[in-house]
Amino acid sequence: MTDAALAVPRRVFDLPALLKEAAVAAVVALALAFPLVGFETVTAGDDRALRVNYRFDWVLIGAAAVFLGRLALGLARAAWRPQAAVSASFARIGASPAFNTWIGLGAVAFAIVLPFLPFSNRYIVDTGTTLLIYVMLGWGLNIVVGLAGLLDLGYVAFYAVGAYSYALLATTYDLSFWICLPLAGLLAATAGVILGFPVLRLRGDYLAIVTLGFGEMIRIILLNWTSLSNGPNGVSNVPRPSFFGYPFTNSPREGETAFHELFGIDYASIHRIVFLYYLILALALITNFFTLRVRKLPIGRAWEALREDEIACRSLGINPTNTKLTAFGIGAMFGGFAGSFFATRQGFVSPESFTFIESATILAIVVLGGMGSQIGVVAAAAVLTLLPEFGREFAQYRMVLFGLAMVAIMVWRPRGLLAFREPTIRLNPAKARGP
Amino acid sequence: MTYFLQQLINGLSLGAIYGLIAIGYTMVYGIIGMINFAHGEIYMIGAFIALIAFMLLGLIGVTWVPFALVLVLVAAMFFAAIYGWTLERVAYRPLRGAPRLAPLISAIGMSIFLQNYVQLVQGARLKPLAPVVTGGVKIAEADGFVVHLSNIQIFILVVTVGLMALFAYLIARTALGRAQRACQQDLTMAALLGVNIDRTISLTFVIGAALAAVAGMMVTLYYGVIDFYIGFLAGIKAFTAAVLGGIGSLPGAVLGGLILGVIEVFWSAYFSIEYKDVAAYSILVLVLIFRPTGLLGKPETEKV
Repeated sequence: MTDAALAVPRRVFDLPALLKEAAVAAVVALALAFPLVGFETVTAGDDRALRVNYRFDWVLIGAAAVFLGRLALGLARAAWRPQAAVSASFARIGASPAFNTWIGLGAVAFAIVLPFLPFSNRYIVDTGTTLLIYVMLGWGLNIVVGLAGLLDLGYVAFYAVGAYSYALLATTYDLSFWICLPLAGLLAATAGVILGFPVLRLRGDYLAIVTLGFGEMIRIILLNWTSLSNGPNGVSNVPRPSFFGYPFTNSPREGETAFHELFGIDYASIHRIVFLYYLILALALITNFFTLRVRKLPIGRAWEALREDEIACRSLGINPTNTKLTAFGIGAMFGGFAGSFFATRQGFVSPESFTFIESATILAIVVLGGMGSQIGVVAAAAVLTLLPEFGREFAQYRMVLFGLAMVAIMVWRPRGLLAFREPTIRLNPAKARGP
Repeated sequence: MTYFLQQLINGLSLGAIYGLIAIGYTMVYGIIGMINFAHGEIYMIGAFIALIAFMLLGLIGVTWVPFALVLVLVAAMFFAAIYGWTLERVAYRPLRGAPRLAPLISAIGMSIFLQNYVQLVQGARLKPLAPVVTGGVKIAEADGFVVHLSNIQIFILVVTVGLMALFAYLIARTALGRAQRACQQDLTMAALLGVNIDRTISLTFVIGAALAAVAGMMVTLYYGVIDFYIGFLAGIKAFTAAVLGGIGSLPGAVLGGLILGVIEVFWSAYFSIEYKDVAAYSILVLVLIFRPTGLLGKPETEKV
């Protein structure tokens, strides 16, 4: 608090300065909007030639909006300094391990009963499933980025490998989901190790761009290797999962018992949706449990140590390449699990689902959540997957808002929403816990 | 041989465009050590501004091509520079000193925003532009195959070389260049010695954006068709070029761009056009494995 007292007292209410700032912002907005918003290029007419429409009213409206927005922001900042209060409350969420545990248990309990709550319907369960896929991907990538500190911009590649593994194995060899799931994880992990082996010696940003390249390469290969992947058309009729051998259909095949017959209830299509929801919930919780446990094992500690200081690790006899490779492979494995779940849920996979934007979204979930924070991942995944859902009415503004939200959250909280991370190991607990 | 020569010319033209974009990446990375992911979108915005400017000039009736080219070049550079300045101001400056990943995510968010903003205000369709610069010269002819150097390619190469010369002068001789080199070496020390680092970083973004806009204008002329999505792939290719040449090194960025363009064109011409992007990435991986600092980059010493 002494810092704040010593600092120069903030200008309390300097209206002329605020107006000037807002005016500058409006002029810049005018210049930005003039060429791109002021003139619209449209293909029209019989010859389909490009023509120009004028929309200067939009430019003026935009500049006025920026002026008012900047002014409001300035006034809000001058009148109310939220940072300290909000940060304190956010820090409390993360700071106490017991509190963390309760939040986590509460969230899991809520997730378990969600399909049976009175207000719940097919749409909510479906959205919950989507959210949980991203939570699982976020937790999987958290092993690579949050624990091992390897910046991976191509995580979606392993998601794709998992999805295609399941789709192709199930459609070609007629294997069941429960056999394909470990196989898909294994294949994705193998892909992770193969891709990781040559590049893990590289430093952070180089690794990022190379993994980005790999992600794009896998997509391009899936797009063009038509004999394997059926190219841009994708693989359709991917088998739906069954309840351990009892399919979710109204009319089971000869000799099979359907799910509803097994339990003696009426057939309803929601059964499969709810089953899928619980399936991804279980998979995600396994990922979380694995991460929590592995952090206490030597390998998990090696990952975190490597993230903090590679040279120190090397001098202590940790092999950086092998350690990074296990993190990369295990992260890829969970991506593969999520991928095969994705394939069985959609019943259809195509390269379109595995673009860079997916990788960016997953990475954004990890970073926005606060790197390495498991609950933060859930919070960020909720923001980033539910935001587009709420924005469905303004479908065309959806992605614009999505991008802006990413920037705004980062500027507001550069360390992520829930940035606090409990040190895994304390050398002297009594001293370290002191005030 | 003639076919080879023709592909070489095409590759160099494409490579010059990549090189211009790569300079923006390499300068920003050199100074503040972040990947400016939204740089590809600035290039795309430059292309759109150029397209609109060409159409407006056509409406006004400016038909003398060199004059139109200069006007469009200036307009595209000017407006794209404002975009670059605003980008830095809004998305990166508040995050200076934040953890390393924060500006990267902010940049990805800006990239998504700019892409969808342009889609929103200009529509998602492909935008065709009637050829502005036509004609060319015949360089060689053998076995009935004519090697053709089109006027657009001449324009691209001449403008690129001209801008490079101007740029080299700027970096080597002016106060701004000196400030930039100082910031590249040590940001804190430069600030202590009275370099206005905020201004220097802003100007770096402005210059980078202006060069990307030139690349955007050239692509509009060269291919005659653009859409809101061109920034992503070009951005990645240009970053690849910057890494290939050694990130932080300006001649390296241009060299990397030229090499990448030539490889891509040769790959499409002699092997398969579908896998040209895979070829580009494979080159990147190979270079990074065997020469992690790129072709012209300085080796980095690890300090404890």
